[in-house]
Amino acid sequence: MSKISRDDVANLARLARIEMTPEELDHLSSELSVILDAVARVQEVAGQDVPPTSHPLPLTNVFRVDENRPSLTPEQALSGAPAQEEQRFKVPQILGEE
Amino acid sequence: MIYENSATEMAAALDKGEISAVELTQAHLDRIASVDGDVKAFLYVDKAGAIAQAKEVDDRRRAGEKLSPLAGVPLALKDVLVQQGVPTTCGSKMLEGWRPPYDATVVSKLKAAGIIILGKTNMDEFAMGSSTENSAYFPTHNPWDLSRIPGGSGGGSSASLAAFEAPLAIGTDTGGSIRQPAAVTGTVGVKPTYGGVSRYGLVAFSSSLDQAGPCARTVLDAAYLHEVIGGYDPMDSTSINAPVPSVVAAAKSGSVKGMKIGVIKELQGDGYQAGVLNRFKESLDELSNLGAEIVEVSCPHFEYALAAYYLIAPSECSSNLARFDAMRYGIRVGEGSAEEVMNATREVGFGKEVKRRIILGTYALSSGYYDAYYGSAQKVRTLISRDFESAFTKADVLVSPTAPTTAFKIGEKSNDPIAMYLNDIATIPTNLAGVCGISVPSGLADEDGLPAGFQIMAGAMKDDRLYQVGAALEAALNSKWGAPILSKAPKLGAK
Repeated sequence: MSKISRDDVANLARLARIEMTPEELDHLSSELSVILDAVARVQEVAGQDVPPTSHPLPLTNVFRVDENRPSLTPEQALSGAPAQEEQRFKVPQILGEE
Repeated sequence: MIYENSATEMAAALDKGEISAVELTQAHLDRIASVDGDVKAFLYVDKAGAIAQAKEVDDRRRAGEKLSPLAGVPLALKDVLVQQGVPTTCGSKMLEGWRPPYDATVVSKLKAAGIIILGKTNMDEFAMGSSTENSAYFPTHNPWDLSRIPGGSGGGSSASLAAFEAPLAIGTDTGGSIRQPAAVTGTVGVKPTYGGVSRYGLVAFSSSLDQAGPCARTVLDAAYLHEVIGGYDPMDSTSINAPVPSVVAAAKSGSVKGMKIGVIKELQGDGYQAGVLNRFKESLDELSNLGAEIVEVSCPHFEYALAAYYLIAPSECSSNLARFDAMRYGIRVGEGSAEEVMNATREVGFGKEVKRRIILGTYALSSGYYDAYYGSAQKVRTLISRDFESAFTKADVLVSPTAPTTAFKIGEKSNDPIAMYLNDIATIPTNLAGVCGISVPSGLADEDGLPAGFQIMAGAMKDDRLYQVGAALEAALNSKWGAPILSKAPKLGAK
């Protein structure tokens, strides 16, 4: 039985940048334990000799020719911004006061 | 009524001048106005945009321009694809009010083909769900029984087709979100080969699984739409640089004589509704009568597909949805530091299922657990691809019921995530391996009289085979029933 504690969920929520109410933490920790038990089945067949697949296609990097081409105008790029100033995204303070 | 015709019939009427694109578009807008209050398939109806687009098509036709086959035919667009200037929410509060500054490649191709975009359809938030109940706005109702779900995540698209609000729709399929809604609404839905249709402008959920595709009421209509939206796109680094398979020709041929059809042993039996299995077996008999050879194949690792999917998809989603940070677009909530604003915004902006998956994915990717969960799931993915490879040496296509049950009641499974996830048990393997699949109606289940789906799967870039077999089955069943399945659906708006 996998066990995800309330503290584990609180830490995961902090890493994922989602504030959570005490009720949400309680609910998710019990729910995730059940889901993890169900998905842990993958370990039954995942032997050492099986290579992982991250993607259905054999991918290589695709680069385009480095030349100018039409793109969004600053007005278009900023059109969905919650706040803007002088043609820039205006964001809350990122660093501490020091 | 004109809106009950297939897209192909509408295109013919437009071509002969029997109706104009504006008239056809208006007929659909009127239909939406009369029935969507009950069905609730649309999050946004773009009346002015649709009429303007239709006028342009009529002008071009009048000027003698050679138009593409579906020019002037209306379509419903899943709200996970961006359309310039038109609200795009992905069914989430996070993007409420956002009007994207560009078109997805799929949208550009629709516009270039003269297809009229009626509006944006409802969906489970960020395409996570199998019932459309996870929409942050409202649930969509199944036109066969308004108290039931229309499937998900693309329940708005499937319901709009079954309610005759649009003859064509676009869906996206990460684990079954095109095929399962098609199955439970008596419509047709195709998940093309991964990389067959551009993902540029498709808001990402799980990038190695997401695939946009056509939805329609007939196999041939879906094929025409597939040829419009398919093909290489330099804007998507996972786009396959090869010609679109000849799906229209395949749908028109519709011959299965001499084909080997493999029934997947593991995708039937326990957990599948008896009436769904009955219709599945009858469909196999039809194909056999048409000259196909039915063989049984085994895909022993498919039983692990659901578990692998619910690690891989949440892992990729936890990374993809990090973009919703309240800085550049979408809503912004709260005050204080950037981190505090981010935390508060994501708390308010995301719904329950999205949070559940982000937290699960964050866990599966965290150091100490990565190998046991995400790493093991990736290995299962390899085993599932090998199962497909081996099965395709024994059969030209593989088949199964699309979904284990018919449409369930709204609210019935919404508090049991595991029960909800089981809806996708037969559709998920296709996504994990990147191969293609279609769902076509197989009839009405005995227990409840609701539609069931028949799934056909084919190898990568063998999409034409889906249409070949799908069209054959559709023709055989229609002649047996005497009319298409949707003619048996209750009439909407008749109160």
